[in-house]
Parts: sequence; C-alpha cells; structure tokens
Amino acid sequence: MTETRAGDTPLLEVCDIVQEFAVRGPGGVKGAVVHAVSDVSFQMGRGETLGVVGETGSGKSTLARSIIQAPRPKSGEVRFLGTDLMRLRRKALVEARRDMQMVYQDPFGSLNPRWRIADLVEEPLLGYGVRSAARRRERVRELLDLVGLDPGVFAGRRPYELSGGQCQRVAIARAIALNPALIVCDEAVASLDVLIQAQVLNLFERLRSELGLSYLFISHDLALVKQISDRVAVMHLGQLAEIGPSEELYRRPMHPYTAALLDSIPGLDPVTGEARRPTPPQGEPPSPIDPPSGCRFRTRCPLAQARCAEERPALRELAPGHQVACHFPLNFPLDAGPAATTGTAARRTDAGLTDPGDISFP
Amino acid sequence: MTVERDEVLTADPAERAGAAALLEIRDLRIRFTRGGRRVHAVNGLSYRLDAGQMLAIIGESGSGKSVSARALLGLLPSSAEVSGSARFEGAELIGMPEREIRRRRGRDIAMVFQDPARSLNPTMRIGAQITEAIRAHSGIGRKEAGERAVELLKLVRLPAAERRFHEYPHQLSGGMRQRVVIAIALAGEPRLLIADEATTALDVTTQAQIMQLLVELQERLGMAVVMISHDLGLAASYAQHVVVMYAGRAVEYASAGRLFGHVRMPYTRALLGAVPLLEREPHAPLPVISGQPPDPAAIPKGCAFRPRCASATGRCEQAPPFSEHEPGHWWACWHPAEDPPGGSGGGGGGGEDGATR
Ligand SMILES: Nc1ncnc2c1ncn2[C@@H]1O[C@H](COP(=O)(O)OP(=O)(O)OP(=O)(O)O)[C@@H](O)[C@H]1O
Ligand SMILES: Nc1ncnc2c1ncn2[C@@H]1O[C@H](COP(=O)(O)OP(=O)(O)O)[C@@H](O)[C@H]1O
Ligand code: SF4
Ligand code: SF4
Ligand SMILES: [Mg+2]
Ligand SMILES: [Mg+2]
Repeated sequence: MTETRAGDTPLLEVCDIVQEFAVRGPGGVKGAVVHAVSDVSFQMGRGETLGVVGETGSGKSTLARSIIQAPRPKSGEVRFLGTDLMRLRRKALVEARRDMQMVYQDPFGSLNPRWRIADLVEEPLLGYGVRSAARRRERVRELLDLVGLDPGVFAGRRPYELSGGQCQRVAIARAIALNPALIVCDEAVASLDVLIQAQVLNLFERLRSELGLSYLFISHDLALVKQISDRVAVMHLGQLAEIGPSEELYRRPMHPYTAALLDSIPGLDPVTGEARRPTPPQGEPPSPIDPPSGCRFRTRCPLAQARCAEERPALRELAPGHQVACHFPLNFPLDAGPAATTGTAARRTDAGLTDPGDISFP
Repeated sequence: MTVERDEVLTADPAERAGAAALLEIRDLRIRFTRGGRRVHAVNGLSYRLDAGQMLAIIGESGSGKSVSARALLGLLPSSAEVSGSARFEGAELIGMPEREIRRRRGRDIAMVFQDPARSLNPTMRIGAQITEAIRAHSGIGRKEAGERAVELLKLVRLPAAERRFHEYPHQLSGGMRQRVVIAIALAGEPRLLIADEATTALDVTTQAQIMQLLVELQERLGMAVVMISHDLGLAASYAQHVVVMYAGRAVEYASAGRLFGHVRMPYTRALLGAVPLLEREPHAPLPVISGQPPDPAAIPKGCAFRPRCASATGRCEQAPPFSEHEPGHWWACWHPAEDPPGGSGGGGGGGEDGATR
C-alpha cells in the first residue's frame, strides 16, 4: 500500500469494502446476489483528486455511496480524516459528513424547484447551525460569487429559471458551503454540453486550488477524468483493476482492461485534427450476479490464460504508487518495449474491422 | 487568412456539380409555435450526402439536429411549419403527402434514436418485433420473415442470435438492445440510416462496438449514414463529412479530414477547444467561452454566435452567408480563423482535402 506523507493522516482510507445487493436472478429465482463492490481498497491524500472510471455497472456509484455510508457497506473500513465512519452512530456520522459532500449528475433533480437559489445555498448553513442570519446571507453571496453566479441576478431565481450549467453551479455552491475537505462528484458534468462542461470543469479546478479541496471524481469519460485527476482508479465489475498516477496510467496502462477502455475512445489531435478510430474489446461485460471465477475480466481479455480462471489476481504495486490486479500485466517490466496504448497512432482509415464475415442483406 | 465574398465558389453545398446526391437539404427551416411564441428550431440548413457515405451533424443540445432529421421522415408534430427543400434521390420530401412518406419510411430512410429501451416494445419478444418490421416492408410469409430476422440479428452481431430471438428487451443489455433496434431499422433495406445520438447513452466500449457496426454496414451494404452527435471525437473518427450546427443553422461543413485541421468558424474552434481529450495534460485549463446558446424563440439578428464570439465586429450584425470559401469547405463567418502556426497545414491525416465526393 502506498503511504501518504509520513505523519500525515490520509484524507480517506478505504479498506476491503464489500457491498452486495440481494436481487432476483435470471428467471426470477430468489437468492441471487449482485456483487456491486468486492474488496476495494485505496487511499487519498489531502488536496488530491482521484478519478474513478469504469463501464456502467462497474460499481462506481456504489463505491461512492459506500464511502459516504449511504447505505453503509456490508463490510470493510472507511477512514475519513482518521475516523472510521463504519463505527459512527447517526449524529456523529452527520457531523463527519459535513466535511464530505456530494455533487450528482442531474442538475435539476438535485435541487428543490420551489426554493429560491439563495435558500438552496443557505440550507446547508442552517443544517449545520450557522446561527446568525446576517452571517448566512453574507456567506450565500460569497458562495454564489465563488461559483461564478452574480448574486444580484441569481439569488432570487428558482432552479427552473436556470440552465443546466447554472444549476450545477448552485449544486457546487451548496457542496462547498461548509468548507468540506472532500467532494464526491458522481458524473457531475455528464449531462452538460461540451462548452458548459468546460466552464464547470474549470470551476472545479479553480475551487480546488483556492479552497484546497479534494475530489473523488467519478465518470465514464476517461478523457474528462484525465483532465481533472492526479490519480485514477479503474473499476471493473466491482473490483479495482488498476490505480495510479493519471499521466502514467494513461501513457502506460498495465491492466488489459484499462488498455481496452483507452482503445475504445475516439482520439482527436487538437492541433493537427488527426483522428483515431477506436478498437474496442469484443463481447459483453459479464453479469455482476455471476462474475467469472479468477479474474473477472478474463472472458473479454485477449491475454487470458488458464491461471486467470483459477486464481483471482491480487492488486500489486508494480511501479511507485501504481497498482494493478493482473497476472500478466502489460508494459511491465517498464522497459519491456513500447507502450501498448494508443496514444498517437493515426488509424483513421485502416481502423480494424475484425472478422468482417460476409455481410449482405438477407 | 481573409476570405472575400467573391472568392466564394458556390453558395450552397447542395448545388455542387457532379453525380446526383443521395440526399440534398437546401435552406431547410422549421418553426414551432409554443405558448404564443415562435420557436425557430431550424433556420436555413443545407448539406448534401452521397450514397454510401457517413455524415456527422454536430452541435450543442437545442441546435436543431434532431428536429431537422425528423423532418426527413415526416416525424414532426403537426404544429411544425417546415419550408425549404430536402430531396432524397431526387424526390422532394418536404410537403410530401403523409401516406407517401409513411410508405417510404424505413424503406428509403430509417432512424435509430438514443434510447433503445423506448424504441422497443417491452411486452413483445425480440424476434416478433423484427419479423413484424420485415413483413411490414416486404409482405413475405411469417416463416421466411422469421428466418430473415435471425439473419438480421446476426448481421448486427447480436451474440447468440437464435436464443435472443425468443427473449424480451429487458433481458438484453443496453448495447444488445441498440443492436436489435438497428436490426429493425435495417428490415426495410434503407439506403440511408439516421442515427440520432444512437451511442450517447452507451459505455465507451459499447459505443465503439456500435460505431464499428455502423461503419461495417455502411461499407458492406453501401448504406449512407447520418450520425447526429455532440461528440467531436466520434465525428472525426467515423464520418467522411461533418456539418456543425449552431442555433438551427449550418455554420461549417467539410470533410472530416479537412475540417478538424483547418477549423475556420470560431464556434467550431470553441467546441474543439473545450473537449477533454486524452491528448491533453491533466489539469490543463480548458479554453472556455462564456454565455449560452441563444433561446430559439429569440435568436439574435446577424450572426447568432455574435454574443459569445471573441472575433465579432460590427459587420457581424449582418448574417454571414454559408458558402464554399475553400474547395470543399463551407462556413458562415465574416472573420474566419487561420490555421494555428503549429497546425498540420495539410500534413498528416488532415490531407483529405478537396471536393465532396
Ligand atoms: N440498490 C441496488 N439493488 C440492486 N442492485 C444494485 C443496487 N445498486 C446498484 N446495484 C447494482 O450494482 C452494480 C453496480 O452499480 P453502480 O450503480 O455502482 O454502477 P456504476 O459504475 O455507477 O454504473 P453507471 O456508470 O451506470 O452509473 C450494478 O450491477 C447495479 O445494477
Ligand atoms: N415539438 C416541438 N415544439 C416546440 N419546440 C420544439 C419541438 N421540438 C423541438 N423543439 C425545439 O426546437 C429546438 C431544436 O431541437 P432539437 O432538434 O431537438 O435539438 P438537438 O437535437 O440539436 O438537441 C429546441 O429549442 C427545441 O426545444
Ligand atoms: S489476470 Fe489474466 S484475464 Fe485478468 S486481465 Fe490479467 S491477463 Fe487478463
Ligand atoms: S460572423 Fe462574426 S460573430 Fe459570427 S462567428 Fe464570425 S466573427 Fe464571430
Ligand atoms: Mg453510477
Ligand atoms: Mg437531439
């Protein structure tokens, strides 16, 4: 395990979290279990941004909800600023959560449509007992300014009078109202158009440096996550496949799943305009109700061998701060030839049509 | 580079000489009346698409992408006022009698939407839905149609097609459902498939698989594809040509290889700058522009991008014409951007210059 600076409690330590849900299985059989998060461990330092990527159903949101104890995970440990949240009772947990706020995807759904923007931003201040009304009003103005909304224009409006990007700014103002140490963003910019998304991403970056915030930034968009993260965690079917410094993880992915995700995104050189066609992995992700034995990626992994079905690969640190759960990692040892990732190759015209078969109208 | 108006080669991309286009849209305008207000959803859209090609329509939400596509299939509510021209293989679609357009729907042009769940009937087995679509178009017998349905499911590479034939939509993943929706769209053997944000709701891996399938179908069946998307990377990687829309108008149009290395229109440049790309460094600030797209009920006079444009001058109070300023490259702007100094200038993959094929 990587240790953040000695003597300094990490912001967040997550140890072997497990979260499962009882559901009806195929054909309506009772007693099936969704293995949503299985033994996930990682740490975050203060002021650090950790991105979390993975396909739909890989457990990103469940992981986030487990961390904020809503609902509490089945087992494991969540230490936030040194306190084990799993042991805290109601009131103590509410108090601890003050330093840990969430921003969700749906900018409208997360705000009460009947409230004025000023009331929405004031609410967390009330909840955590900022007694003086004058002090609260002043803080609301300060917060709206911070997120780039002119208080004179917006304080009296209601959510439906705002655009999606403006609503998301309000949600962010609420999240930072109590000076949290960590903000968990679950697809926080996913529903915004690209120009507005860029504005909100820049706002996140500015608040990070001005307020010393940390983000746990969940998104299925790998490029977006790279933009904002110091480190990135790759989730696959409830498990951590790989976690490491973002620059290095994108340049030299060691887990075949990370490489497959990177190969699935279209590339576009912002200067030359050269495009690169994706070469995605074939096949469907397996069911979280009945995940494959051994390595859960083996049914889609081009490198799978017999051992991958027998033995679950442990998360190992293969480079400083870079951990990988794979028996046969790519780009390892580090001098083992060229990086396997896509990066710069322009494959616009010859992009792989694997096994074209003979296609014609029936 | 400054381009004078008299350098303009042709006033309208649909007017290019050469082989007849599969689809020619000319000055398409669509208006709705909502709550007593006029909503100008599409304000003069022109583009052309040749058989077997893929065209991407790019733009922010509300820019009129879906409305302009739905108009081609007669899928707009009756409150819509449509003018301009849309010719498919020479036949005028705008104003075509409802019966005629319904007869052609699915056979000339078929459409696939963002949400596969809503395009499928949840209470009907997959096989029955495709079989029904095939019979609606060809009137062949049930058994033969069933066999064709399985072939179509294989064509769209649905895993275990024979077994899935008997399953219901909820038993399939989102990606598999979208394959089924595409199979249904192919039932009438259309020459043009419109994919309206068809991969937007899907995972990166599934999105790439579905795009790969569309390219495969396009190349092997000679089917043309219009892909509507807000994802520039996706458009650049798959489409031969790209139309950028803003406030209901085409503002830039070129081959994909040409466009992304030689962006002229400030709006396209802003879009390109704002996309998080793998090629960028972590924490690099994104160049942003302020403001929002105009309310379609109150589009500013002149260039609609003017309130957000850093290059705007007094001249922009007049609407710039959408014209071919460089071979194969149309735009609507008085002050087009130049190629960046470090740019390709025609090198690398940006060299696919020249006329629309
Ligand atoms: N309350 C629940 N009951 C049953 N299953 C659940 C529940 N919540 C989540 N799951 C399942 O747990 C798995 C992980 O879901 P989760 O929402 O965490 O994924 P995600 O990575 O956030 O996906 P997305 O990218 O779609 O948001 C999925 O298989 C999901 O269906
Ligand atoms: N039936 C309708 N009645 C009134 N306005 C509509 C209708 N359909 C679409 N619009 C409006 O037309 C504009 C363009 O919409 P659309 O084509 O769906 O945008 P896009 O697909 O580019 O996101 C939007 O402002 C939208 O609100
Ligand atoms: S452990 Fe085996 S199956 Fe899993 S990712 Fe590594 S090589 Fe592939
Ligand atoms: S015409 Fe003027 S306002 Fe419009 S994009 Fe060009 S420079 Fe900007
Ligand atoms: Mg989620
Ligand atoms: Mg649309």
